[in-house]
Amino acid sequence: MAVKVCTGAFEPWQEIQDYQNAQISGGFGATTVFIGTMRDFNDGDDVKSMMLEHYPGMTEKQLQNIVYAARQQWSIIDALVVHRVGTIMPNDAIVLIAVWSAHRGAAFDANRYIIEALKTTAPFWKKEQLTTKQARWVSKNTDGYTAG
Amino acid sequence: MTIKIRYFASLRERLGRSEDTVDFYEALTVSDVWYRANADQPLPVNVLASVNMDYVALDSVVQDDDEVAFFPPVTGG
Repeated sequence: MAVKVCTGAFEPWQEIQDYQNAQISGGFGATTVFIGTMRDFNDGDDVKSMMLEHYPGMTEKQLQNIVYAARQQWSIIDALVVHRVGTIMPNDAIVLIAVWSAHRGAAFDANRYIIEALKTTAPFWKKEQLTTKQARWVSKNTDGYTAG
Repeated sequence: MTIKIRYFASLRERLGRSEDTVDFYEALTVSDVWYRANADQPLPVNVLASVNMDYVALDSVVQDDDEVAFFPPVTGG
């Protein structure tokens, strides 16, 4: 299990391949991947870039707690969580969650659990820089189970 | 006894500082810590709080050398 907070751009597919090659010896029949990417719009406005702030130490601790809770709930072999901080541009990867398990059910369910828990408990905050030169903090995350 | 306080994101910007220190000699809750450092500012209604990097309720009692943090709802992912 690994959690990483990246200050620079990362390539999610390379992260998955590197982690799998280094850490997972076999036994997995299912791998699920979630990648969150920065949009160039939000709430009806064009977004030029974003600053992602975090609480160093607590962020990693909460991400580890989330992965541990997923491991208690589902039979998974391994999980990788990577999250970006700092200045982010449209189309950049913000978050990667990969889960390996013997069967697809646990891989899908654990992955969904991790991203939804991250969205509500991992201390990250986004500040959007709009194309109008205004800047604003994102006030809250939507509930992923009810949002479109 | 001393408590270190940290503020993040929009709350840090609104207060105009990222840290405070509070000295105390009696039992204090997390909420009390806020008012010791921000006597003129009500505790924001949606504020989240942590002690030593674990989420806590606002009525949790703090200990010497704790790091208390206050921040708005998280928006990562």
